[in-house]
Amino acid sequence: MKVIVIGGGIIGAATARSLARRGIATTVLERGRNVGGTSSAGEGNLLLSDKGPGDELRLTQYSSTLWPRVDAELADELGPGFPSVEFERKGGVVVATTAEGAQPLLDFAAAQRSAGVIAHAVQPNDARCLEPHLNPDITAAVHYPEDAQVQPVIMTEALIASAMLSGAQFSENEAVLAGIRNPQGALVGVTTTKRALYADAVIVASGPWSGEVAALLGVNLPVRPRRGMVLVTSRMPHRILHKVYDADYVGAVGSGEAALQTSSVVETTAAGTVLIGSSRQQVGFDSRLDVAVLRELAQKALRLFPFLAGIPVMRSYGGFRPFMPDHLPVIGPDPRLPGLWHATGHEGAGIGLSVATGALLADLLTGVAPAIDVLPFSPSRASLAPHLEQLVA
Amino acid sequence: MTVPDVLVIGAGPAGLAAARAARRRGASVTLLDSSDELGGQYWRHLPPQRPSEREAVLHHGWSAFTALREWLERSAGVTIIRQAYVWAIETREGRPGAVFVVVGEVDGEDRPQLVFEPGALILATGAYDRTLPFPGWDLPGVFTAGAAQALAKGERVAIGRRVVVAGAGPFLLPVAASLAATGSTVLGVYEANRTASLIAGWLPRPWQLLRAARKGGELAGYVRGHLRHRIPYRVGKAVIRADGTDRVETVTIASVDAAWSPLAGTEQTIAVDAVCVGHGFTPRLELAIAAGCALSDDDFVWVDERQQTSIPLVFAAGEVTGIGGVDLALAEGEIAGHLAAGGSIQDAALAPALAHRRTYRSFASRIENAHGVAGGWSEWLTPDTVVCRCEEVTYGVLCDAASATGGASLRSLKLSSRAGLGICQGRVCGRTIEDLIAKRAPGLAGGPGHSDAPVSSAADRVRTDRRPIAVPIRLGELAAEPTPLSSPSLSDRLRERHP
Repeated sequence: MKVIVIGGGIIGAATARSLARRGIATTVLERGRNVGGTSSAGEGNLLLSDKGPGDELRLTQYSSTLWPRVDAELADELGPGFPSVEFERKGGVVVATTAEGAQPLLDFAAAQRSAGVIAHAVQPNDARCLEPHLNPDITAAVHYPEDAQVQPVIMTEALIASAMLSGAQFSENEAVLAGIRNPQGALVGVTTTKRALYADAVIVASGPWSGEVAALLGVNLPVRPRRGMVLVTSRMPHRILHKVYDADYVGAVGSGEAALQTSSVVETTAAGTVLIGSSRQQVGFDSRLDVAVLRELAQKALRLFPFLAGIPVMRSYGGFRPFMPDHLPVIGPDPRLPGLWHATGHEGAGIGLSVATGALLADLLTGVAPAIDVLPFSPSRASLAPHLEQLVA
Repeated sequence: MTVPDVLVIGAGPAGLAAARAARRRGASVTLLDSSDELGGQYWRHLPPQRPSEREAVLHHGWSAFTALREWLERSAGVTIIRQAYVWAIETREGRPGAVFVVVGEVDGEDRPQLVFEPGALILATGAYDRTLPFPGWDLPGVFTAGAAQALAKGERVAIGRRVVVAGAGPFLLPVAASLAATGSTVLGVYEANRTASLIAGWLPRPWQLLRAARKGGELAGYVRGHLRHRIPYRVGKAVIRADGTDRVETVTIASVDAAWSPLAGTEQTIAVDAVCVGHGFTPRLELAIAAGCALSDDDFVWVDERQQTSIPLVFAAGEVTGIGGVDLALAEGEIAGHLAAGGSIQDAALAPALAHRRTYRSFASRIENAHGVAGGWSEWLTPDTVVCRCEEVTYGVLCDAASATGGASLRSLKLSSRAGLGICQGRVCGRTIEDLIAKRAPGLAGGPGHSDAPVSSAADRVRTDRRPIAVPIRLGELAAEPTPLSSPSLSDRLRERHP
């Protein structure tokens, strides 16, 4: 079997790795450089804490079980000479900073517990044992020991290197121009800026650009870019030990609002810089700096960690998340066009969900029963139908 | 037509000339500079508390500077804000965006924050001096040409008794002269380019050089200074390593070929107590990129004949538009200021500046041709040579990261090696890292039908120079609301800083 994956980000890399390890001849086409888009513009979150009970949480829990294994496999395959992917199950601490925010956070955690998430409610005073520099004025806190972090760029490079060891091919600077159809109308390959390439399946893994790519192949997909900004401080000794965020982050993630939303997510990287995210804004692919966004991020970070006031911000970076109107990724075959598959729409959770996405696609393509129910992520799911029907080309 | 408010960023030669020309045209002018004194890197001098009779000796065009400074300081309608750090500019369609400034020393408390919405913006941000790495360049006693010059001009501190000056470009000459004037014995100036390329650059139209020199050109002054101090000038030679225990004790100098590859067997070791190295300049592009300005093919700010960038009413002048020296910067600044304030390029008053610009620009491009950096320098690196000093990334680590990850893009390689991610944000090492990656590109990029373009493509390069936060700002400052420009307390606070 031959498969083409369009996109050299973490979803394409994880998918190619899973397929190549099952013996599928996989070619990844990247129009620019690998790891040049959304995968290099995030924080590397593997979060359970921000997801309520439901399909995305189940997918995340599945991915969470895969991560330690993938991390060990990569270390084994790539050896000590490869830069560290910095996988760390450091845990998350979610806090409420207002009186009215306390109970909803505790209720949310209780619901997550019933869905199998480890979520310890901790007294505000005890939260300071977990995070000694936390603002003492918080009103509630929940500890999520399963939350983890990776360095997303190195992780993507590692998945690419591993996929190549299993025989996958990666071609950079090769853009897809159109689909190739057989007489029955099925998609059997793509033409690119360099060649015509045939395959049994073509998987769109192009992040926020997946809508453009799907349109080239003849179908529409309602993936929209949702902009995010992150601040990076100078390096310092580690004083923030977990991923710490304000409970209103959960609301921002789940919201479909186009207007600017910020909520503070603060964490230390292995290098000692502090990352402060994150904003959510639907402004198309507009990458211009907006100081008001940075100011809000800074204000909210100081509500969590007042000591940061004196710490210099060294840079900011931003990118575009692939946003779906029904807040679920699209993983599986497209019923409108045989031969076309999708692996996109992970919004801000693509790093964390990448390995699960790859594993599920490999199961589906090789006829193995997937480890979890994939119907909720199918392009033919009911919640997506209204967006697809009006958009079929 | 109303005259727009003009905001000038940078008070070196270009910015000073721009501010004066804009004010003369009737504009209300605000001039921002990050240092304590006007003059920029070029006219860096002792603070007024320690005046010196010798500024005129150390500085080309010192009287031009003092005249500009005095004119601006006594002009109503010119506001000068020193220690003003522009940390962000927003991009606007078709006009200058908001300019965000924090005023005060980097470690100062309670720094006022200002936001300008100028009618016209002039970028005169100058250039960073560039130093290529070599083994031992991180030893105490090794100085960049810019730092040595700053110590000599701004502090009157000699960097050592026995000093070698090396690198490329005409800037080595004034540095050597300043070192000699502050009491160092300059053992020699070693220019990596060879006679042939120097002749090729300097000689095709010698009358241009003559014309520039007759006008009292900057370079002619250096050559005279050089002769006066009897400093040996050697071409086709480079410092390829420095050694010492606690600080530099010796340097190794080797002959290099036209591509700057060291020639085996030509090494000689010289005992020194300081070495000063410079390889030209790179433009300070971050604010221009932030303002939305397009770059030229050779990575300077693109300007039209009116010194206007691709963004209407955003102008640029001086080294940020091309390395050309003080005389060119003054001419460009005057043109930019005049036009930013609503003047026309046809105005008779502008004719001398236009003529100067023509003369010095063709001269500058020839100097660049003669003294440009050639690629062979990476051959003098060893695996343990530090290439990014902030993050202490060695050449070996960079190469290992590149091999392990299959080459990857600049962005990926920076994140996997941490090169260029430190507090300088690539200001010192950015071009070095780009060049090293580009040099490794053919094998790395690989694959059939792969483009021959270097890895560090224009898009990637812009990314290196793209620093949306142009200088570090404390989180508490970023979180605070800016002080309104109309606030009565603001002028008091600014005055307290500069009585």
